[in-house]
Amino acid sequence: MTHFKKSLGIGLWFMFLTFPLMVVRVNTIDNVIEWRWSNVVWVGACAAAIAWLWQFSIERRAARHAAALADPHPQAKRHTLAQRLSDDPALTRRALIVAGLLAVVFPWVTSTTQNFYHINVMVSALIFVVLGLGLNITVGLAGLLDLGYIAFFAVGAYTYALLGQHLALGFWICLPLGGLVSMLFGLVLGFPILRLRGDYLAIVTLGFGSITKIILENWDTAFGGAAGIAGIARPEFFGMTLEGRMQSVYTYYIVLALVAATIFIVTRLKNSRIGRAWMALREDEIACEAMGVDMARTKLSAYALGAFWAGLVGVVFAAHNTFINPDSFTFMDSAMVLAMVVLGGMGSILGVIIAALTLKLLPEYLRAFAEYRMLVFGAVMVLMMIFRPQGLINDMRRKYELDTADDADGGDDNGK
Amino acid sequence: MANERRKLLEVSGLTMDFGGLRAIDSVGLDIHAGEIVALIGPNGAGKTTFFNCVTGIYTPTAGDIVIAPPDGSSRRINGLKPNAITSLGMARTFQNIRLFPAMTVLENVMIGRHCRTRSSILDVIVGGARTRREERETVATSYRLLEKVGLADLAGEYARNLSYGAQRRLEIARALATEPFLLLLDEPAAGMNPQETLELEALIARIRTDNELAILLIEHDMKLVMNISDRITVMEYGKKIAEGTPREIKENPKVIEAYLGEEAHA
Repeated sequence: MTHFKKSLGIGLWFMFLTFPLMVVRVNTIDNVIEWRWSNVVWVGACAAAIAWLWQFSIERRAARHAAALADPHPQAKRHTLAQRLSDDPALTRRALIVAGLLAVVFPWVTSTTQNFYHINVMVSALIFVVLGLGLNITVGLAGLLDLGYIAFFAVGAYTYALLGQHLALGFWICLPLGGLVSMLFGLVLGFPILRLRGDYLAIVTLGFGSITKIILENWDTAFGGAAGIAGIARPEFFGMTLEGRMQSVYTYYIVLALVAATIFIVTRLKNSRIGRAWMALREDEIACEAMGVDMARTKLSAYALGAFWAGLVGVVFAAHNTFINPDSFTFMDSAMVLAMVVLGGMGSILGVIIAALTLKLLPEYLRAFAEYRMLVFGAVMVLMMIFRPQGLINDMRRKYELDTADDADGGDDNGK
Repeated sequence: MANERRKLLEVSGLTMDFGGLRAIDSVGLDIHAGEIVALIGPNGAGKTTFFNCVTGIYTPTAGDIVIAPPDGSSRRINGLKPNAITSLGMARTFQNIRLFPAMTVLENVMIGRHCRTRSSILDVIVGGARTRREERETVATSYRLLEKVGLADLAGEYARNLSYGAQRRLEIARALATEPFLLLLDEPAAGMNPQETLELEALIARIRTDNELAILLIEHDMKLVMNISDRITVMEYGKKIAEGTPREIKENPKVIEAYLGEEAHA
């Protein structure tokens, strides 16, 4: 009831506030003032409804929070879909197979020989999935905030473009090279910022991103300046160059394979000695070092690996677009990749994939609402921070089992 | 008795300046195999700074810290990084608990195994037999340590959800996972109720015999200190003012004046 009254109050308040804008209109042609009374009703009704929904969600969130506090083992009770997925290996396998099949048939179902727009959109989206997963290592797992991540992407893309232009090296040679060069840049950036943390780290990486873009823009002779580099070779298929739809399908499969490899490797790393060290570093640097983890090496490896994936996929990006210029590597793109990691849930692989696909695909298919894009983006961010600050999908910690009886027994015997 | 045993840690003339402030002034301390040594003193006496110097978090201004692991080697460790010192065999806990809150209890202990395991990034990606075995051993060892401190039931819980006393015990388990020969406990009983303190005392005694290690302890709970320590070192204003067995310390007029006063008369 109090909610109802409050919502009504908010509705009235909005009616009053928007009265001059929404109701009064001076018609300069006929020199009359129009009173659009129906508008005020709409404003009032909508404001009241939104206010009511808002209070309802806030209250529900508070109630859930209280319930979680009262319950000593919250993990045992709440079974989200993601939790069930990660707990049940058979279910995980089935879900993976279904997702894999869908991904494999996707280009054939959605395209014709003339129109393969959807494939190209998906390639761009998958490129950002890999970027998101790469940044997830640096930011999500190791907790090193990187605001200039797209610079590594640029390094990969330009590596391929320049090597192709000057040395006529092919895509498949440049793919690992792009990754390695980018990794080198990651290490070079990593050394001076080993001691930095939090805000300072963010500022230095932000600077690195900007510097990279400015160099690319202004060093005309080496990087083609603002005009960029055109005529980059597409990926070759056993020496052949494919045409039209087949080329897009081919690139799609390359990125898809890259996504699969990234997921596989990041999962492996995450559930290993290395990944645990990254997470410990994120949680508490001093304790991490005191427990025998080499901080310099751990930080550098997180940086270098994150950069590696950006470089790798940068090569694909250059090959897919056949044209690159510095405008593809702005701070907005860094922020976009970071938003994917934060929205998806720090450290959560599934969450980052979903967030990356959503953030890349939605704007593409909702071009009609392009004007409101940033508005919606901002609103979603604010709502996320209020209702799900931990991201779409919680980073599920793996359950370690004392597996295989003989091993456990052997261990116990040693202990006794 | 102490002199018959091997010296594990020998600190001499340790001095630490913060700008113009001398936090520790020429403090010496020896720890022998199997000993429990307590470092006590009023707040601000420099006990935790001493710990931080010994474990490499600070580099001392002057003095020598020499460790002699049971394998017979001997080494000066001034200025080494904390992780290097931990690898050499000294592990610590923190006064203000420093767990990894968003990791599970088991994972917290597994981090302690980091410096005793070898798998590289490439090993992990390939996932060979040796890496998998190492991972299994890490889980098994960590699990056994959790059983030792009585937290095995909570292995899958997030560390931040543990009670205060349980978090303290988890810190001990995590430190033990690094296979230390010397364990440094910084106020392990802080914030514990009397019952928990009793359990902690039993735990520390059990750790010493089971793991055959020496313990250096900072603690304010005098009952615990007097019960458990073989020797006590007292610090005040950065200086060592007394050293001896619990009985000697109890009767030392300097200590009584500085710190123990009422406790000793009671």
